[in-house]
Amino acid sequence: MSGFNKVVDSYADAMHGLQDGMTVIAGGFGLCGNAENLIVEIKRLGVKDLTVVSNNCGVTDFGLGILLESKQIKKMISSYVGENQTFMDQLLADELEVDLTPQGTLAEKMRAGGAGIPGFYTATGVGTEVSKGKEVRQFNGRDYILEEAITGDFAIVKAWKGDHYGNLVYRQTAQNFNPMAATAGKITVAEVEELVEPGELDPNFIHTPGIYVDRVIQGEFEKRIEFRTVTEEA
Amino acid sequence: MALSREQLAMRVAQELKDGYYVNLGIGIPTLVSNYVPEGIEVMLQSENGLLGMGPFPLESEIDADLINAGKQTVTAIKGASFFSSADSFAMIRGGHVDLTVLGAFEVDVHGNIASYMIPGKLIKGMGGAMDLVAGADNIIVTMTHASKHGESKLLPQCTLPLTGAACIKRVLTDLAFIEIKDGKFHLLERAPGVSVEEIQKLTAGELVVPDNVPEMDL
Repeated sequence: MSGFNKVVDSYADAMHGLQDGMTVIAGGFGLCGNAENLIVEIKRLGVKDLTVVSNNCGVTDFGLGILLESKQIKKMISSYVGENQTFMDQLLADELEVDLTPQGTLAEKMRAGGAGIPGFYTATGVGTEVSKGKEVRQFNGRDYILEEAITGDFAIVKAWKGDHYGNLVYRQTAQNFNPMAATAGKITVAEVEELVEPGELDPNFIHTPGIYVDRVIQGEFEKRIEFRTVTEEA
Repeated sequence: MALSREQLAMRVAQELKDGYYVNLGIGIPTLVSNYVPEGIEVMLQSENGLLGMGPFPLESEIDADLINAGKQTVTAIKGASFFSSADSFAMIRGGHVDLTVLGAFEVDVHGNIASYMIPGKLIKGMGGAMDLVAGADNIIVTMTHASKHGESKLLPQCTLPLTGAACIKRVLTDLAFIEIKDGKFHLLERAPGVSVEEIQKLTAGELVVPDNVPEMDL
């Protein structure tokens, strides 16, 4: 591995350097667009006291939820606890620190973190518990609160296609938080469905340019569906 | 008779206009998409990164990469687009969405809304709701008027942690369509067969009742 060839062959290499107490930013929305096997590798490594930044925390036995089960997470920064019972139980029992963050604010915190912008003002959360302890400033007669950017020691993202330069393309709503997460990690690891030859990805349609990505690994995905809703055939 | 979930959705759908971009929350709001009036076109925004959400897929079309904000499998209609969460919330926070419909546990006469947690009991998280209520001008809250035990959810002051402050102007319940202004609830319409007295009894916040309160036309 040298120069622009960022492909690694093992999950151990993909997550090399992850240590206790680090912050991991994860792309994904629910179980959609999750770096499934990078999460499994974090579990295998057994690192503890992690701060995980992700919109959700998987379900009890899949996705980031498996790191809650193994009590490797000290703090979650998320917008939705939703359907994960373990998350809710650990939170109500004070076993887990949780910074509930509005979804748009969370996306913007990652984006700002990756773009070198330390903070931004937003109307989201004004007058709610989210605004507690935060600077309030008026613009054009309206109140806004100061929110700070987030960066991570690691970012883990999932893409549809990627090349060895680290250029990434996401598919449908599996894009979600992945592009912002990719920019905000000191070390960004991308797990892709298809590793393609250099030049195969049309430069017009790259979602994440390779500059943001440090390691690429091709994975096999289960792509579990949380709520399978269908229209009956006529 | 109190409105059914479907009737609530039907009444909200009457507020849709041709060319509207609309964000529908989880639950009753989602049902609104089944009652889009004939001859008008709307684009549904799903905050996980889809504009132009279509109906649930046929069994043969199910795709794990295509879900809505409620994590249900969906489809994309012609003219749809996919984008990142940051782009999605730029649409929402930038005021580009024409109508937002979402649920709540409580609303009050000041336009405050509580919808994301019950301390010590239930923590769901705000998801995108705080962004939606802060970013949208045109919001309809859909909810039941009172709890199963007959406790009003339309209050002088919200008791639960707020999702947004002074941001709600219209509430559709199973009993009434209500406008919030000048620190009061104003009764606009009542559900068919529901009396003004019944609505009054289940509204804890101050309710202004005009001489004539029409029944909803469903």
